[in-house]
Amino acid sequence: MKMKKKIAWSDYMTYIGVTIAFVIVSFLKKGGALNRSQLGLLVPICAYITMAISLNLTVGILGELSLGHAGFMSIGAFSGIIAAMSLVNVIPYDGVRMAIAMVVGAVMAGIFGFFIGIPVLRLRGDYLAIVTLAFGEIIKEILTCLIVGVDAEGLHILINIDGSKTASDLNLLEGGKAIIKGAQGAVGTKTIASFTAGYILIMISLIIILNLIRSRSGRAIMAIRDNRIAAESVGIEITKYKMMAFVTSAAIAGAAGALYGLNYSSLAAAKFDFNTSILVLVFVVLGGLGNIWGSIVAATVLYILPEALRSFADYRMLMYAIVLIVVMLATNSSKAKDLLDKLKPAGKEEEQ
Amino acid sequence: MEFLSYLISGISLGSVYAIIALGYTMVYGIAKMLNFAHGDVIMVGGYMSFCAMSYLHLPGWVSVLVGMVVCTLLGIIIEALAYKPLRSAPSLAVLITAIGVSYLLQNSALLIWGANPMSYPPVISGTLHLFDGQLSISYVSIITVTACVLIMLGLTAFTSKTKMGKAMRACSEDKGAAQLMGINVNRTISLTFAIGSALAAIAGVLLCSSYPTLMPTTGSMPGIKAFTAAVFGGIGSIPGAFLGGLLLGIIESLAKAYISTQLSNSIVFAVLIVVLLVRPAGLLGKYVPEKV
Repeated sequence: MKMKKKIAWSDYMTYIGVTIAFVIVSFLKKGGALNRSQLGLLVPICAYITMAISLNLTVGILGELSLGHAGFMSIGAFSGIIAAMSLVNVIPYDGVRMAIAMVVGAVMAGIFGFFIGIPVLRLRGDYLAIVTLAFGEIIKEILTCLIVGVDAEGLHILINIDGSKTASDLNLLEGGKAIIKGAQGAVGTKTIASFTAGYILIMISLIIILNLIRSRSGRAIMAIRDNRIAAESVGIEITKYKMMAFVTSAAIAGAAGALYGLNYSSLAAAKFDFNTSILVLVFVVLGGLGNIWGSIVAATVLYILPEALRSFADYRMLMYAIVLIVVMLATNSSKAKDLLDKLKPAGKEEEQ
Repeated sequence: MEFLSYLISGISLGSVYAIIALGYTMVYGIAKMLNFAHGDVIMVGGYMSFCAMSYLHLPGWVSVLVGMVVCTLLGIIIEALAYKPLRSAPSLAVLITAIGVSYLLQNSALLIWGANPMSYPPVISGTLHLFDGQLSISYVSIITVTACVLIMLGLTAFTSKTKMGKAMRACSEDKGAAQLMGINVNRTISLTFAIGSALAAIAGVLLCSSYPTLMPTTGSMPGIKAFTAAVFGGIGSIPGAFLGGLLLGIIESLAKAYISTQLSNSIVFAVLIVVLLVRPAGLLGKYVPEKV
C-alpha cells in the first residue's frame, strides 16, 4: 500500500513539475526575458522531451534497444505536415489544425510501428537493435523520394525512385501547391507549432505512458523485460504486450514529429537520421532507464547544453562528447561508485 | 561486361566493408559491445595516411603503416580510458560511451582538419584493362580484394592456431572460466581492440583510395554498413563478417546500378531484415537457444 502511494506521488510530482516549468517559461516569454534563439528552442525541446519519454517506454520499460526511433518521428512529421497543409483552407484555426496534425502523425506512426513491430519484435537483443536501425534508414530514404502536392482534387503523391521526377510532375491544378519536394523535404510549411501545443503534447504523453506503466498491462510489459521466460510461463502473452508498448511508443513519437515538423518552414527527411535516434537514446540512458522524470530532465539539459556551450564556439560539440563520456564513466564505472560511496555521509547508509 | 564491372566494383566495396566488419565482429565477440566508434577510427586512419603522404611526402605503403600504428595506439587508449572502467556496467552504458567516443573523434577531426572535404591521393593509381579495354579494373580494387582475403585468412589462422588467438576465443566464450585458466582477460581484450583498430586503418586507406573524399564524417556510414555486414554474416564469426561484407557490397553496387541510386541503402537494409527473419543469428552465426 505504502509502495503504491509512493509511486502515485512521484507521478503527480512529474505532472506538477512539468506544469510549473511551463508556467515559469511562459512568464519569462511574456516578460521578454528570452532572446530569439532561446525562444526558438522551446518547441524542439518539447518535441525531444516527448521523443525521450516515448523511447523510454521501448528501451526502459520494455527493455528492447531501438536505434530507429527517429524514423517514427519523421513519419509523424511528414504526415502531420501533409495533414496541416492540406487543411489550411478548410480549417482556419491554427490550434485545431495543429491538434489534427499531431493525431494524424500519431496514427500514421502507430500503423507503421505495428507493421514494423511484426518482424522486429521476433528478434532479440542486438539483432533487434540493428533491425530498428535498418528500418529507420529505410524510412529516411523512402521519405527522401516522396513528392506530395495538394490541389482542389485532393492529394497527389509520387515516389521518385529513379531521381528523375520533380514537383512539376505532380500535374497540380491551378492554385495547387507542392507540400513535400523529394530530397528538399517539406517546403513552405506554415509554422503553427506553439509552446502551448508542446506542453499539452508532453502532458498527454505523460498521462498515457505513466498510466500504462502503472496498469496491469504495464506490469506485464515490465515482467517481460525482467524475465521473458518466467513471464511467459505465468501466462503473459509476450507478443501482445511487446507490440502494445512498441506501437504506443511509435505513436507518441509520431505526434512529437508532427510538432517538430510544423515548427520549421522547411524540413528535409535527412534530418531524421541515425544521429537523431542516437541523440534521443542518449537522453533516455542519461536520464535513467525506466525513469520518465529523468528522461524529461536529461532531454531538456542535453538539448540546451550545446547552445549553452556556444561561447566555446568550435569546441562545443567536443565539450558535449567529453561531458557525455565523463558522465557515463562517473555513473557506471565501479571505481567511481566506490569513490562516491566513500564520500557519502555516514548517516545516509543507515537509512537503506 | 557492364554487369561484370558492377560486380567487380561491388566486390571491391564489399571487401572494404568486410575488413571493417572483421574489426567489429572481433570486438563484439570478445567484449560483447557495439563499438560505434569503430567507424571513426577508419576516418582517423584515412587522415593519418593522408597527412603522411601530403605533408611528409612519404610513399603510399609507409603511410598505411603510419595509419595502422596511430590507429592501434588510439584503439588501445580508447579501450583503456573509456571501455575498461565499464567492464561490469550494463551494455547500454557502454554503448552510449562508445557514441561519446565517436562524437569525440569526429569533432576532434573537425577541429584539426576542418569540415571541408579533402581530396585523397590514392595510394596506388592506374587501371588494368582486360578484353580489349571492355573491362577495366582499378589496381586499388585488386589490392582491396587481395588485402581482404589475406586479412581474413590471417585472422582465421591467428584465432585457431596461436596462443593469443586461442585465448581470445576462450575469453569470448566465457570470461570467468578463461581467467581461471590463467588467461589475462584485460590484456586479451586490449589486443583485440588493437587488431580491430589496425584493420580499421587499412580499411580507411582502401576506402579513401576508391572514394577519394575525406571528411570527419567519412567513417560513419561505412561503419554502420560494416556493422550491418557483421550482423548479416552472424556477429562474432570471422568468416561470417567476410561473407556478410562481400554480399553487402555486391548487393549495394548492383542495386545502385539496376534499381535505384536513391534507395540503394534501403535495399541493403531490406535484405538484412529478410535474412535476419529467416536466420535470426545471421548467415553463419550460431543460434543458441535459451535454456530455462
